[in-house]
Amino acid sequence: MLSVKNLQAGINDKAILRGIDLEVRAGEVHAIMGPNGSGKSTLANVLAGRDGCQVTAGTVSYLERDLLAMPAEERARAGVFLAFQYPVEIPGVSNALFLKTALNSLRKQRGLPELDAMDFLQLLRDKMKQLGMDEALLQRAVNEGFSGGEKKRNEVLQMAVLEPKLAILDETDSGLDIDALRLVADGVNGMRAPDRAIVLVTHYQRLLNYIVPDVVHVLSQGRIVKSGGAELARELEQRGYGWLEAEHAALKAA
Amino acid sequence: MLHSRQLSEDAMNVQQESWQDIALERMPRYLAGHGLPWLAAARESAFERFSVHGFPTRREEEWKYTDVSMIGKRASLAPDNIPPDPSSEARLFAWALAQEDMHLMVFVNGHFSGELSALHELPAGVRLDSLADLLEGSADVPGMLFDEQHEHTVFAALNNALATDGVVLQLAPGTVLEKPLYLLFIASGHGTAIYPRNIVLAGEGTRAALIEHYFGMLDGHNFTNAVSQISLAAQAELQHCKLLQEGKDAFHIAGIHAEQAAGSRFVSHSIALGGRLVRNDITSRLDGAGCQCTFNGLYLLEGKQHVDHHTRIDHFASSCTSREFYRGILEGEAHGVFNGKVIVHPDAVKTDAHQSNHNLLLSRQAEVDTKPQLEIFADDVKCTHGATVGQLDDDSLFYLRSRGIDAVSARSLLIYGFANDIITRIELPLMRERIEHLVLERLPQGEQIKELL
Repeated sequence: MLSVKNLQAGINDKAILRGIDLEVRAGEVHAIMGPNGSGKSTLANVLAGRDGCQVTAGTVSYLERDLLAMPAEERARAGVFLAFQYPVEIPGVSNALFLKTALNSLRKQRGLPELDAMDFLQLLRDKMKQLGMDEALLQRAVNEGFSGGEKKRNEVLQMAVLEPKLAILDETDSGLDIDALRLVADGVNGMRAPDRAIVLVTHYQRLLNYIVPDVVHVLSQGRIVKSGGAELARELEQRGYGWLEAEHAALKAA
Repeated sequence: MLHSRQLSEDAMNVQQESWQDIALERMPRYLAGHGLPWLAAARESAFERFSVHGFPTRREEEWKYTDVSMIGKRASLAPDNIPPDPSSEARLFAWALAQEDMHLMVFVNGHFSGELSALHELPAGVRLDSLADLLEGSADVPGMLFDEQHEHTVFAALNNALATDGVVLQLAPGTVLEKPLYLLFIASGHGTAIYPRNIVLAGEGTRAALIEHYFGMLDGHNFTNAVSQISLAAQAELQHCKLLQEGKDAFHIAGIHAEQAAGSRFVSHSIALGGRLVRNDITSRLDGAGCQCTFNGLYLLEGKQHVDHHTRIDHFASSCTSREFYRGILEGEAHGVFNGKVIVHPDAVKTDAHQSNHNLLLSRQAEVDTKPQLEIFADDVKCTHGATVGQLDDDSLFYLRSRGIDAVSARSLLIYGFANDIITRIELPLMRERIEHLVLERLPQGEQIKELL
């Protein structure tokens, strides 16, 4: 589904990704872990198409298409979804209007009719209930005055409504208490499907207790230094990132 | 450089003299109430005050950012004597409004049209007249209505001299006018000068809503000079909403001036969408304790539009609250001006005043001059203000686009959201919805957003 080859990118002429190779197949859940500053969020943003991240080398192919050539909205319509680390507040635009606009633009792209108001509301109510979200958040402006946990749940709600093929969750676990984390994890697990891939970007292993990944990658200084199964995450939890970085440095020296 | 500029301005002032050609002594003969000697005298002395001062120039602090010399170059300032037949478009528009649950009074070029209006039965204690009818029909029009007291700008003196018609709403103590009173001012024809004068006298404990809608059907170089004076007795409440949709070449200079007795509440919304050169002076005097005064406004400008809001709230009494929220959205080479003055006089202890003006510039050529002015002469007061000028936020745009919303719609959604802060403050549901739709109609893909609301 997603094939990243030698991806190099930076922000403001500062190189951050220094050659990422990543293969994600439909049905898989990948976790990308790494210390602060390793480039995890930049990778997520480059995949989602944020302006300001300059790609200097490499290719990204998504469902046989050149992802890097597509503007952000086209990627979203093709099924790419990024759950933001810092969801943006949109004053004056209700959550309901935002979601309806987004869903209808995706449905249009997919040749589906616009959802009528009643069906839309029903769809949202069900999903919000699953995520333990207060329905009143629908009439509030997008993320405005939401608590940290509400913002993160709102990201997962959007994912549930928009039903992407490739979902990238950037630090979705940060700022969540244990109950919210469980609800969010249930929401994400509920979206696991044979035709969908999920990429979890996270600093901590905590989330991976609830969403067990098929593959774990460790990112350090803009490169994937190690990949493995779910057990790699537990090892990181015990030993930290230092040993891996040292191992990688030694490998490179040799 | 400065010297030569002053010279050219002086040269312009010489050219402006054309308005002095109006034969003063002729005016009272065809304006409403010409048979009333006191009125003729009041009109003449008002015109005298106007002509002594002349049109304001940009050298005056209050007119620093707004150049009205174009108005002075008009061939004539005299109002039309006989209103034209309204166009079929105007008739249709008035007819549509007449279907709404409200009292509708239509004025064409400053003259009341009974034919286009639709007044429902009025509750006891409510008196509603056209100013011209009052002046023509009886002598019980208080002379103070034409005093100098409302001449905040020299244009009000001109209005005093040349006012043709308008509404006079009088509410006896305790009466409530449930349905809003909707005044539709249609500017029809080319190059017409229009002088509406509206008067609201709200007795103690009364409640009413008044809408002033200025609508230009044609691209004519019309000049509207309107004054609305509002007097609220103790505990009275008035919702006022002004919607400006003048034609694209129209000049519009207006004053809305309120006086509030104790415990009264005045809410003003000024929504400026159309017009080439617009100036609104909106003021309130808080004369009694415990008043509430709210001034909200939204200007949505494009092309070469110039819209200036000068507001002034005078806190004379204790424990009054004033709130002011103005926002502007500017495209093209549009120019917005906001000057918000709040004066807390020595006796106005426990004043609570807040003012803000936020502007969104959508093009490099658009320009805003914003100036909050707080003058505080009392202790124990709470006064805050804030003003910003900014552009659309890239992170917000990316957020919307990352959800599949195209860039054009994403921009429109953000602009709509920015305007919505003001729209949602409009307490009259009828106007809130109408203005929301008008704003969306101005935005690319706005129709689609409208359908999803």
